Amino acid sequence: MKVLVGVKRVLDPQVKARVKADKSGIDLTNAKMTMNPFCENAVEEAIRLREAGTIEEVIVLSIGAAKSEETLRNALALGADRAILVLTEDVLEPLALAKIFKAIVAKETPDLVLVGKQAIDDECNQTGQMVSALLGWPQATFASKLEIVDGTAQVTREVDSGLETINVNIPAVISADLRLNEPRYASLPNVMKAKRKPLEKIDIADLGLDTANRMTTIEVMEPPARASGVMVENVAELVEKLRNEAKVI
Amino acid sequence: MSILVIAEHDNATLVGATLNTVTAAQQIGGDIDLLVAGNGCSGAAQAASQVVGINRVLLTDDASLEGFLAENVADLVVSLAGNYTHVLAAATTFGKNFMPRAAALLDVSQISEISEVISADTFVRPVYAGNAMAKVQSSDSIKLITVRTTKFDAAAETGGDAAIETSTAAADSGLSRFVGVSTSESERVELTSASIVISGGRGMQNGENFHMLDSVADKLGAAVGASRAAVDAGFVPNDYQVGQTGKVIAPDLYIAVGISGAIQHLAGMKDSKTIVAINKDSEAPIFQVADYGLVADLFEAVPELDKAL
Repeated sequence: MKVLVGVKRVLDPQVKARVKADKSGIDLTNAKMTMNPFCENAVEEAIRLREAGTIEEVIVLSIGAAKSEETLRNALALGADRAILVLTEDVLEPLALAKIFKAIVAKETPDLVLVGKQAIDDECNQTGQMVSALLGWPQATFASKLEIVDGTAQVTREVDSGLETINVNIPAVISADLRLNEPRYASLPNVMKAKRKPLEKIDIADLGLDTANRMTTIEVMEPPARASGVMVENVAELVEKLRNEAKVI
Repeated sequence: MSILVIAEHDNATLVGATLNTVTAAQQIGGDIDLLVAGNGCSGAAQAASQVVGINRVLLTDDASLEGFLAENVADLVVSLAGNYTHVLAAATTFGKNFMPRAAALLDVSQISEISEVISADTFVRPVYAGNAMAKVQSSDSIKLITVRTTKFDAAAETGGDAAIETSTAAADSGLSRFVGVSTSESERVELTSASIVISGGRGMQNGENFHMLDSVADKLGAAVGASRAAVDAGFVPNDYQVGQTGKVIAPDLYIAVGISGAIQHLAGMKDSKTIVAINKDSEAPIFQVADYGLVADLFEAVPELDKAL
């Protein structure tokens, strides 16, 4: 079996996003960028499946500007076998990403597509579901456990009420939640080795797809600021303030 | 305009998030139909018909909808969507699961987690863990939208009298099977609907210590939540998690105990009306959003709080 894993380059999760003064978007100039954390879980799971002998090959796919190569090299250093970068300067919506995934799946014929459940920048939480829709495959979103059993995938999903288990046919699309696994770190020798692993670049225009965005961002604003609070000296003062000032207890 | 709201329910009753989603639909304006799809869900359809502001309830009761499998729910939504200008669902794990699938099948984008309705095609949605708000305009003919429920009041649950019409399910996709769900047992009020929430973080040290919060919660009629660190450490189950990737809540009072306040946690609770932080580290970022901060050892402060209530 083969696995195709989607990885996205995003602003580092430890960095607080700053809105540009002209409200056109987020200021990413010189910002620290990294692999989307949920994508790290997806990559880790794919590598574990290969280590367990369940699958033979891990292919990583990123869609974005040339610098996404760094993110792919990182995935290769973690253990992915080869990488594909679909080059575009545009920030695409999940629907367009899903169409690109579909084209790459047609070429690479993986048995599983693994993605992170959401990107921490646009927070769409759509791409995995859309990929499976366009492929006509089942989906297992928000996965915290994955087992391949008798040619099907048994997936535990983190849902609002607790943990849900579903069983899906393979091929399938699975989206990773953070507790699916604990991603490893790349060792220095593996970082060096990753530089020589195959990385194919495809210009988005060569795919011949309609990837036009359906939404226009009119402006990006700062969220309303909270009024600054006060420090209390002790529990008695806290309770007094909650009762008489905030009137919430 | 005509709007289809996909109800979230447990077959017998509506989940509260549905009522907030109805309010978002009302702000867009137009006739609102409520789809109740499930297996043995006529009770939920009855409840849906009482919601104020509903035109019709569409009831699809079919064995293939057991467990609300995304493939089957999405196919049903797609079969109905042509009659509507907007399709809305709550941005819960229920709505987030099938809505993007339905959107892709309809060849439209999904507008995720709207926090404000500007007009029928323009919405505001939080991005970057709520550190920015994007105003977006959609050009799609049918707008598929998920709703951040904390940003919209609940529609009145009773007082309406909508007709219930039966609608046919799409064929079972046969692609997936529902195996089961395990829910943590709790007598307490549900996290997303509680008006007071007390949450614990890594500082709680273990699951046993969460009983200190339980005791306070019982006195306040509060729900108990947790940070990701506390869930990752196995102190409490995943459905306790408040944050960017857990539940987004906005209670009247949020008490953060032993929580440092990572960006991802703040994203899930910073719209709470009053925020209390109890942490022994005076530099913890949680104090930046707190209305009342107490620098103290939680193992002394929480029992003291318990006694004072």
